[in-house]
Amino acid sequence: MSLSTHAGAGVIMERRKFVSKLFTVLASFTVLKGFFKKAHATPTGYDTSQHYYGMGIQVDKCIGCGMCVEACKIENDVPKEPFFYRTWVERYVIEMDGNVIVQNINGYAEGRSLVKEKDVLRSFFVPKLCNQCDNPPCVQVCPVGATFKTEDGVILVDGNRCIGCRYCVQACPYGARFIHPETQTAQKCTFCYHRITKGLLPACVEVCPTQARIFGDLKSKASPLTRFKRMNKIHVLKPALNTEPKVYYSDLDGEVR
Amino acid sequence: MKQFISRYPDALIRVLVVFGLVIGGVLIIRSLLPPHLKNTAIHIQMTVDSEKVKPVKYAGSSVCGDCHEEANIKKGGYHKNLSCETCHGPAQAHAENPDEKKPQAPRKREFCEHCHTYDHSRPTGFPQINPVAHNPLKPCILCHNPHDPKPPMTPGECSACHAEIARTKAVSPHVLLECTTCHITPENHKITPRVVKASIPSEREFCGKCHTKESQVKETPKIDLATHGEKYLCWQCHYPHMPELE
Repeated sequence: MSLSTHAGAGVIMERRKFVSKLFTVLASFTVLKGFFKKAHATPTGYDTSQHYYGMGIQVDKCIGCGMCVEACKIENDVPKEPFFYRTWVERYVIEMDGNVIVQNINGYAEGRSLVKEKDVLRSFFVPKLCNQCDNPPCVQVCPVGATFKTEDGVILVDGNRCIGCRYCVQACPYGARFIHPETQTAQKCTFCYHRITKGLLPACVEVCPTQARIFGDLKSKASPLTRFKRMNKIHVLKPALNTEPKVYYSDLDGEVR
Repeated sequence: MKQFISRYPDALIRVLVVFGLVIGGVLIIRSLLPPHLKNTAIHIQMTVDSEKVKPVKYAGSSVCGDCHEEANIKKGGYHKNLSCETCHGPAQAHAENPDEKKPQAPRKREFCEHCHTYDHSRPTGFPQINPVAHNPLKPCILCHNPHDPKPPMTPGECSACHAEIARTKAVSPHVLLECTTCHITPENHKITPRVVKASIPSEREFCGKCHTKESQVKETPKIDLATHGEKYLCWQCHYPHMPELE
């Protein structure tokens, strides 16, 4: 009887030691993990947390010259075929009978309007691009986590991880994504991330001859975009989808979708 | 230890061994994986870094002025807000190697036409021409300096700029009226049209000079200003350049 009691006490001691060792090991793992994370912190001068980018578009100023489309294709090595666009310009023609025609003007305004002028009630150009949504549907659907939102508010795609499954192309309500014909991975407008992190403007904003595009930092009170948002009535595309786009339109016609 | 193990049934030990092997295997494989596959923060950082190092091709408007005086000439004219690279193309290569790499200098009509061909979708007021009718085949730069573009001579007639209104008026009952009958046009309106504007009538009584019952002008539709149209201004219902007859 006494032997068994003694043996029982021994087991309890073993268990206690085991549990305490277990906790020691787990605790040291956690500490080490935190240490490793710190070792991977960013060393660059550009501070992502200080910026939050957006773009403003004044529809009334766009002349549909297509300079932005050309500049984007040059700057970002987008295929020249008239199917792949990171930014593009749409011509809206509202006819007298209420019919609405939308056509992509294909770069340097090659697509002339096919509608007779006397049948036109109102016509205008709308530049479009990735809306860099605050609540991006494309990021939610990516099965491999290749696309994500950076701290400064830009949605990027990791071309190495992307498997080209086209889920994001389908999910984007603005049609802003395409599959690059050579790499077979998803591509989209990055606000020219390599330019804005160096303090330059995106290529489309740089070349726009009428300043229809305004680029700026939403965190800065002095940025042209903050001023643009303050001075104009602002619309976003498809607000009912709750994607919270960061491309803001002024003078937008109700027909634009 | 052996005594400790032998206190438990064999089946339990075997299950524990299998669990241990599985967990250990997973841990070993995880430790072999590169960190960017496990840690989202590292993966994001790597993508951001690879995105940042992509080459810049458009140098940006601030760079040009360092060498080119022309950038200062452009400050005044209608093209003052244009970036140099809008017309001259991507110039980062030129900025890095000014002697060997030269940016484009478009001299053909076709280039100016990208922006200045008439198109009904373009905003009103933007200077547009019909390339078929406007001095065909002559290069634009013969008459217009692209760094300070303006009409080579002051337009003589209103229709030079307001052609659409002139065409409408030509088939309307107001065809015989001069533009200056209703609009007071200061001489400077021809030189700086947006700074000095032509006047437009602001009162019902102005139209009433010809269109009231008391008016001495013959053969115009006459109305009683006191009862016709109540509080509305004439041009809220009648377009003065094309007034309908009834």
